[in-house]
Amino acid sequence: MTDQCETFWLPRADLDRLIRLLSEDGYEVVGPKVDQSAIVYDRIESAADLPEGWTDRQNPGEYRLERRDDKRLFGYVVGPHSWKKHLFPADELVAAAKRAGDTWQFTTPNAPPRRYAFLGVRACELAAIAVQDRVFMGGPWVDPLYRARREAVLLIAVNCTQAAATCFCTSMNTGPRCERGFDLALTELEQGFTVECGSERGRELLRRLFPADGPAMAEATELAAAEAARSEAVTRITRRMDTDGLRELLLGNLESSRWESIAERCLSCTNCTMVCPTCFCSTVTEVEELTQVDRRRQWDSCFNIDFSRVNGNPSRNTIAGRYRQWLTHKLATWQDQFGTSGCVGCGRCITWCPPGIDLTQEVAELRSSVERDSAGAVP
Amino acid sequence: MTTDSRSSCATPAADPWRQQPARIHRMLQELPGVTTFELVPESGIGGGGHGIWPFRAGQFNMLYLPGVGESAISISGDPARADVIPHTVRQAGNVTRGLAALREGDVIGLRGPFGSSWPLERCGGHDVVLVAGGIGLAPLRPAIYQLLANRAEYGELTLIMGAREPQLLLYPGEYDGWRAAGLNVVTTVDRADGSWHGSVGVVTSILDRLWLRDPSGTLVFTCGPEVMMWYVMRTAASRGVPADSLYLSLERNMNCAVAFCGHCQFGPWFLCREGPVLSFDRVQRLLRIENL
Repeated sequence: MTDQCETFWLPRADLDRLIRLLSEDGYEVVGPKVDQSAIVYDRIESAADLPEGWTDRQNPGEYRLERRDDKRLFGYVVGPHSWKKHLFPADELVAAAKRAGDTWQFTTPNAPPRRYAFLGVRACELAAIAVQDRVFMGGPWVDPLYRARREAVLLIAVNCTQAAATCFCTSMNTGPRCERGFDLALTELEQGFTVECGSERGRELLRRLFPADGPAMAEATELAAAEAARSEAVTRITRRMDTDGLRELLLGNLESSRWESIAERCLSCTNCTMVCPTCFCSTVTEVEELTQVDRRRQWDSCFNIDFSRVNGNPSRNTIAGRYRQWLTHKLATWQDQFGTSGCVGCGRCITWCPPGIDLTQEVAELRSSVERDSAGAVP
Repeated sequence: MTTDSRSSCATPAADPWRQQPARIHRMLQELPGVTTFELVPESGIGGGGHGIWPFRAGQFNMLYLPGVGESAISISGDPARADVIPHTVRQAGNVTRGLAALREGDVIGLRGPFGSSWPLERCGGHDVVLVAGGIGLAPLRPAIYQLLANRAEYGELTLIMGAREPQLLLYPGEYDGWRAAGLNVVTTVDRADGSWHGSVGVVTSILDRLWLRDPSGTLVFTCGPEVMMWYVMRTAASRGVPADSLYLSLERNMNCAVAFCGHCQFGPWFLCREGPVLSFDRVQRLLRIENL
């Protein structure tokens, strides 16, 4: 999708014009900003809203914002938010019922979707959006609410030029380089951005940003600097997950004692599922309004005990059972369901887990315990 | 996917969140706490593009009580009948209790049909054994109607119907008609007084003794409590029925019914989509694992 021959140059000062152009086009521009000591994704009005000079330090169970010694706008990795909160909102109306004489009038929302332009999408997040596309649009049923927003969204990716200690996108083949699924992909340098176009819509946007003579081509030094910056992200990734035979490893060891060991640390707090950019579990609840009943879909989690309740009894009554459901779904049965792993290697579940449970570590422990057992077994 | 679990659905192109208003034509008190709701979509059956009908035997609908919620209820009527769509409901939670408090003529919401179906297309020329426990007969009844409507196409047809006590046998008024139409109906109860002339004991003891002309060519469909279905499957397998000819209807929490919400996952399956009817060979290992 990326046209390697065509890499343009966007001077740093022109990023603000790009944001304003998107707003003029009717897009609601969503990008990174600092809020409550974290970099979150929220509505932005101008480049001044971006987290200039901030970076994030992440470890299992730890997230800290720190000052950078430069003025980079995208000099962080990923925060607690993911773009799913806009494409698959945490609380949204899916249907409504209104009394009409002795019957009910049932409706579904038909308002035009919000048109978002996402600014600052990472490679792992592009992968996560592609994963949720399969969940909500892969069929046989298609979620009309997700599809409407998804078809309208404009994606401006920004390549990572650094990595957190929790990142492992290289193990999941999802990054750090943005290769597909974007309209524009930026790489940030001190004076501006190299820009690749991933769609005609992206190309058109650039043309309109420079109406006089079109966008300037990036020069060789800029291309080389961008390449070096992106390589920096690759070399900084230290975390690994061995995905070789991972599905079979997990599904073949559903009764391993390792699950109990994890359950001793897991709080079943649902944080991992809330911050995960691909987790899609939800519950539709009834909300009584003055003149009608709203059916609202709200994020839910397989870590909630009520999630599996049937006729009063939860099917997964233990934390070990719920953690096993989450991990085996994410890394194994997701492949059966959607033909892809549910994990993109963003590391959010590691960072935002209060006790710092690290799925890459747990997979490695399971693997070595199985190898120990089979080594000890009489052939 | 194999042939046993044709995926849903009638109209996947439609908005899956859209409710169809359906009027309660009749409410039949079947057993204490169990009511059959005969529903008629306001737009009529077979027209209106609501996708509620036709359904396949074994599929379910979502019944919706505004302000209370939805409940997944298997369709218990004859797929060939286009006048009413029956759903037999046991009061178990807020929605089903709320439904029981309604009256004939009231309107509820309906979405469906959803899920996989009994593999009747595999049954031609074969013996079929249906094993039901309690209200588990409800999702099997559409299959019974279809098998009997084309009786000559099949070999021996047997229904083993179990309940806690004789008064709790579901649809008792239909057994004689089914027998006359060529279904061998065997009833058994856990306990009974002297007035009961049927069998006493679990359904598996009947299945264990049932004469099977050709076990490897026999299909078994079962629905009931999960522990009952497990032993039915085990018993049938021990009699020589292949695991991929054994089918069961599983129940899990259904919320969206269209594989978006994640609630009904059972291993790799969304029971609203690949289920509720699955063959034993696909779930045998998973059924043994606690808290899955």
